[in-house]
Amino acid sequence: MEQSVIDWSRAQFALTAMYHWLFVPLTLGLGFIMAIMETLYLKTKNAKWKKTAKFWMKIFGINFAVGVATGIILEFEFGTNWSKYSWFVGDIFGAPLAIEGIFAFFMEATFIAVMFFGWNKVSKGFHLASTWLTVGGATLSAVWILVANAWMQHPVGMGEFNVDLVRTELNDFWAVISPVAIMKFFHTVISSWMLGAAVVIGIASWYMLKNREKTFALDSIKIASVVGVTGIVISIITGDITGNQVAKTQPMKLAAMEGLYDGANGVGLVGIGILNHDKTYNDGKDPYLFDISVPKMLSFLATRDINGYVPGINDIIKGGYTTQEGNIAVPVEEKIARGKEASEQLRLYKTATNEEDKETAKAFFKANSKYFGYSFFNSAADTIPPVSLVFYSFRIMVCLGLLFLILFVVVIYYIGKNKFTAARWLQKTCLWAIPFAYIASQAGWIVAEVGRQPWAIQDILPVQAAVTNINASSVILTFFIFLLLFTTLLIAEIKIILKAIQTGPVESVEDEQY
Amino acid sequence: MDYSILQHYWWFLLSLLGGLLVFLLFVQGGQSLIYTLGRKEDDLRQLIGSLGRKWELTFTTLVTFGAAFFASFPLFYTISFSGAYWVWMLILFSFVIQAVSYEFISKQGNFLGKGTYKTFLFLNGLLGPILLGTAVSTLFFGAQFQYDPINLTDTVNPTFSHWEGAFFGIEAIWLTPFNVILGAAIFFLSRTLGALYIINNLQSDNIRRSARRQVLSNAVFFLVAFLTYLVNLLFLHPVWKFDNGIINTAAGTYFDNLLAAPWTLATLLVGVLGVLYGIYKGALTKSLNGIWYAGIGTVLTVLSLLFIAGVDGTVYYRSLSTPSSSLTIFNSSSSHFTLTAMSIVSLFIPFVLAYIWYVWRKMDRK
Repeated sequence: MEQSVIDWSRAQFALTAMYHWLFVPLTLGLGFIMAIMETLYLKTKNAKWKKTAKFWMKIFGINFAVGVATGIILEFEFGTNWSKYSWFVGDIFGAPLAIEGIFAFFMEATFIAVMFFGWNKVSKGFHLASTWLTVGGATLSAVWILVANAWMQHPVGMGEFNVDLVRTELNDFWAVISPVAIMKFFHTVISSWMLGAAVVIGIASWYMLKNREKTFALDSIKIASVVGVTGIVISIITGDITGNQVAKTQPMKLAAMEGLYDGANGVGLVGIGILNHDKTYNDGKDPYLFDISVPKMLSFLATRDINGYVPGINDIIKGGYTTQEGNIAVPVEEKIARGKEASEQLRLYKTATNEEDKETAKAFFKANSKYFGYSFFNSAADTIPPVSLVFYSFRIMVCLGLLFLILFVVVIYYIGKNKFTAARWLQKTCLWAIPFAYIASQAGWIVAEVGRQPWAIQDILPVQAAVTNINASSVILTFFIFLLLFTTLLIAEIKIILKAIQTGPVESVEDEQY
Repeated sequence: MDYSILQHYWWFLLSLLGGLLVFLLFVQGGQSLIYTLGRKEDDLRQLIGSLGRKWELTFTTLVTFGAAFFASFPLFYTISFSGAYWVWMLILFSFVIQAVSYEFISKQGNFLGKGTYKTFLFLNGLLGPILLGTAVSTLFFGAQFQYDPINLTDTVNPTFSHWEGAFFGIEAIWLTPFNVILGAAIFFLSRTLGALYIINNLQSDNIRRSARRQVLSNAVFFLVAFLTYLVNLLFLHPVWKFDNGIINTAAGTYFDNLLAAPWTLATLLVGVLGVLYGIYKGALTKSLNGIWYAGIGTVLTVLSLLFIAGVDGTVYYRSLSTPSSSLTIFNSSSSHFTLTAMSIVSLFIPFVLAYIWYVWRKMDRK
């Protein structure tokens, strides 16, 4: 397999997914906030809430359009660029995507039209329901795509490997909606509330700084800061549970997140650290140039026991330690050897001409089939993800999350004490904090996706066996077309949103709507 | 439930989704008419306003069509999307530029200028139907591919499917003239439907008058292209089937497939008549309802033609380079378990259709 095809295909998927994720969290977070505002309008009958909700809906609409535009690529990219993946796990992976289409996309597409164009055509109650259904549709679509992603992190619900077709097959639909999937959903969607809140508070602070629309701005901040704090607190809880799950299902990812090469009992969590970039697997060097750790914290996070054992990268590769489930870890070299044996037996099964040979090959294959994915590696070191990217991304996500918690709490405090209007430093901080919410959100996905490398599906299929065999030049060309197109759309979106902010909330959104 | 019934059921659902998609391409058809019908600023505003309330339904149906194909017949998704890479990419690009245009075109500070978004809408209206029609035609006329799962046991250079040639799908244009003929037919149909929709949805007498002329002229081109394609398909183009694992490249005609399942023949006839009646109502009478006859006619026609493409083990994606690699609904589907699970999910589809219908009835009330 040509390395450049793998790299460019990964780059293209990363590009399209990351661009898509610039728009989706705002849809989820802002959607929730504006739906609360419209609910208040119906409850209080105060027109100021209608005006407030409508302004944020306008921002929502501009952002939503680019989210849709960038999303369609992802739906088809599994086929165009990851076709071996599509075959190998399509029997399982296709279903969530189809369900997403049938349930979620139509719900969004139908009710968003009512939300934007139905103010004078349907009753207030029906309109409010439509707003909630638009947000519900967006959230529902997140459910299914996150179920699909969680399955890539923790593949479950499969029956016996289909040796005739050479693919994995589903045998338990509900198993796919695993605890990992449920946590992934809550962590991803609810952390998006934080992003939505950060954007609302930041933009509203701009109005405060400009001495414009103060009632509107303060009302917006009040709602958003509460949503933001709620979002972060839930994200911390779900993040903690996710960490614990990762320790069990993807120990290599956890080791990479911590830069932990040599495991031990009672391991500390690196709070701040700088990695030693000369460090390679098994060279005995110190992985950190500098680090400050919270004693025993990683052991507690991973095992719920302050003295629990957490394996490092070297241990996972060497095997021999006892896992949390009580099994003895198999060395990666052995997994590779058994994977290659499985692959060879599968080939023999497929080429055998008599039934007896077929049955023998099948039996040998079955004995090693769970390591089939390892057959594509030649060295154990190839199974280590890029440590520094995962390590730093994890710290960026956590640190920014905590900083936003502090910021939102301070905002609530200042509002409660009626001091927010005078606190220009705080308004400026809120405004400049907006991009950092995006950085935190993207960093989270880098931890999840890069931490899983080199696997496309954890322990089942590595990226080199998942990618489409196509010439690199085609992928390079589409990569740059996407880059140009999406960057242009991003610039357009930002300019339109800035203009809309400048114009400010108006009584009627339809003014500019065709 | 029997595996074969489920495979047919999903092929039926895909055919139905395909039918709905072609009907909903009236949005694209309308977009391809914006330079013709929207010369005046006010007319353009009305046109874009009207189409802009429906575009997401078409877009969503396309995405769902792709995802449902993936879930039910992953082998097709795997081979076609990776092999005909450039065709699918061009289709996607044409829909990406559409998705932002309705929202951005009227906004201040839209960076590229109003004219660019108008061009985007036109391009999507032009390329979307032509490319989709051309791609769908390969379900009857095939492509040059082969696959063999055993190649996944090559641990150094694993492969699965292989696409012949260096054009990655673009060769559909010259492998047979019929692919492009269907592309043209779908394009002119979308314009016909677009004009019929405009007649129904807009109040302006001016636009309606021009739209009626567009129905007539586009319908003529549509009928020439479509009937050429249909006659060739039903009577001249051989069906391929697998007989005991051996490919038979002369297994009758598609007309035989229609006769074998008489409801498809009836559906096709009703569908074609519906389209013709809709065209008549739109072009030659004062009626506003042509879109409903032509629209439902389109759904029925496409449903029946797509269904006979795969019914009863008919090869629905023939490999011109390695015939034994050809796909049928039997050798390309998801597992029995997955199809069963997905079928249970599909029981909610009428509910989805019902709320869409209910909401638009409320929204389109004058």
